[in-house]
Amino acid sequence: MKNFFLAAYLAIKEVIRNRGRFLMVALVIALITLLVLFIAALGEGLSNANRQYVANLDAQLIVFLEKSDFSITASRLETNTVKSVRRVEGVADAGPIYTSNTEIVSLEEPLKISMLGVEADRPGMPALLEGRYFRGGEAREAVMDKSVAERSNLKIGDEIRVRSTQGTEDQFYNLKIVGLVDKQAYFFQPTIFVPAATWELVRPQSESDLNSDTPFPNIIAVKLDDPTQIEQVKLRLLSQVANIEVADIETTINNIPGYTAQQGTVQTQGFFTLLIGVLVIGGFFQIQILQKVPQIGVLKAIGSSNAVVGVSAVLQIIIVTAIGVGIGALLTFLFSLGLPSAIPLEFNGTRSIFAIILLLLIGPLGGLVSIIYAVRIEPLKALRLG
Amino acid sequence: MSNIALEVRDLVKTFQLDGSTINAVDQVSFQVNSGEFVALVGPSGSGKTTLLSILAALLTPTSGQVLIDGQDLAKMNEKQRVKLRREKIGFTFQSNNLIPFLTAKENVEFMLRLNGDLNHAGRIRSGELLARLGLGDRLNNLPAQMSGGQQQRVAIARALIHQPAVVLADEPTASLDTERAFQVVETFAHLIHENNRAGVIVTHDLRMCQYVDRVLQMQDGKLVREYTSQKEIMELAQAIH
Repeated sequence: MKNFFLAAYLAIKEVIRNRGRFLMVALVIALITLLVLFIAALGEGLSNANRQYVANLDAQLIVFLEKSDFSITASRLETNTVKSVRRVEGVADAGPIYTSNTEIVSLEEPLKISMLGVEADRPGMPALLEGRYFRGGEAREAVMDKSVAERSNLKIGDEIRVRSTQGTEDQFYNLKIVGLVDKQAYFFQPTIFVPAATWELVRPQSESDLNSDTPFPNIIAVKLDDPTQIEQVKLRLLSQVANIEVADIETTINNIPGYTAQQGTVQTQGFFTLLIGVLVIGGFFQIQILQKVPQIGVLKAIGSSNAVVGVSAVLQIIIVTAIGVGIGALLTFLFSLGLPSAIPLEFNGTRSIFAIILLLLIGPLGGLVSIIYAVRIEPLKALRLG
Repeated sequence: MSNIALEVRDLVKTFQLDGSTINAVDQVSFQVNSGEFVALVGPSGSGKTTLLSILAALLTPTSGQVLIDGQDLAKMNEKQRVKLRREKIGFTFQSNNLIPFLTAKENVEFMLRLNGDLNHAGRIRSGELLARLGLGDRLNNLPAQMSGGQQQRVAIARALIHQPAVVLADEPTASLDTERAFQVVETFAHLIHENNRAGVIVTHDLRMCQYVDRVLQMQDGKLVREYTSQKEIMELAQAIH
């Protein structure tokens, strides 16, 4: 304990007396922190924008068309598949989900959105934040993601006008907002939910699709009686329902087009930023230790133990890293206040804390070589007495 | 009453260089009593600094014995040698003596801190010692804000503050002008006598010998002559002129 206090005394005194030099390093660490936290937030934001709807589904399994490779856009199921799925033992409920994109044109700026056809009160329809569910049939009603409503200054009771290219012509439809849901972005776009029949009417269609008025769901969300029985129910579904493949939510998310590649890219950026941090901090402290060789020689010659010298070096690195990470976190917070909402940054507590812990660890990790070097300095050689 | 603070018996230190053996210290024996100030002199390469390094427990001898305050260095492990350096030895070096980010007073107090003895009385004693060395107005100055002579005086205070058995000084005047060098060694000698410590100074400047009680002359690793009378020492000191 005496050694620790002695080491802390030396470390703190040196940092305070050379605060200009250490502040420079702390600022470099702050910039690395800023970059790492932004990359983490960007990763979270992009990830959420891509998968939020699927991740928040009240379901444990997703049914796809056979050989669609778990791709939502490639999957197109028969209408009666839903009934077959509901009959399988262990399935509590199943809801079809129809996906397409459209555009709200009644706003000042046209807004591209994901339009999902679902059945109210079935898996696939998220819980309401306020308002009510749409009626069935071809009701011209929609439940809207709160983020769209806030961004567009819309409220329950307002009407939106959507444009849809059907065949070779643009068609316009009015939909009344009857309810709001929260955090339901899908495929980088905010979402509106409409009844299946309305979806079939409103969605963009090719010339050949116009002859049919039967909506075909892309996927079916399956809620289980017992969520722990995923594998058993999955096998039952595969054996009892024809022409399907089944995935859990995680597999479905990982197969959203571009999701894995995008997250891999963001994580690689984060990794290399941390690596640069390790090298920068390691380089600085190594140079610093080389400059301090005679001083460490004196300390050891007058009776300081290796523990004092080593712990002092570690504490110094921890102090400077902590100050740098603190400044970086503060800067990140301040910058995040002024960034436009179009940038998909989302500061998730767990991811940010994980990034901060990693950043705090890169200091001692980067300085490891210099710490070992400091401990191994021989006073005789350091003082050139030999 | 004098007692032996430092005793060296048949000390040998050899180095291997290009296949041949060099006797850096060769069968050296001497004693230094408490309150006695001894100079080690000799030409460059005569083994003075190697001998001092062994006395400071920084270098292990090939054979022979060094006893500091009755404790045999050969019987100690590294941890015990570190403890001995901390408690029983005071040390000043040619340069880079002080910890650059501590003030003069903090540098001196650091020795007490290192020994777990820093208390109110220790702080007062540090200030008084520095004041006696003419640094009363420099207590809160960093080494970079002081001259070479002032830094050496701080180093002397640090070497003495914890009342070690032996104080070792390696060429403490090497980087000083003549006037400052005389001042530093005179002060050093005065404090060694006053505090009843055993002092050993390595110097190539024979003029500094006028302040010591005894001079040990080394050549090729051996002690070749010992000057004990003040007359001999003064003659040696003045021989340079």
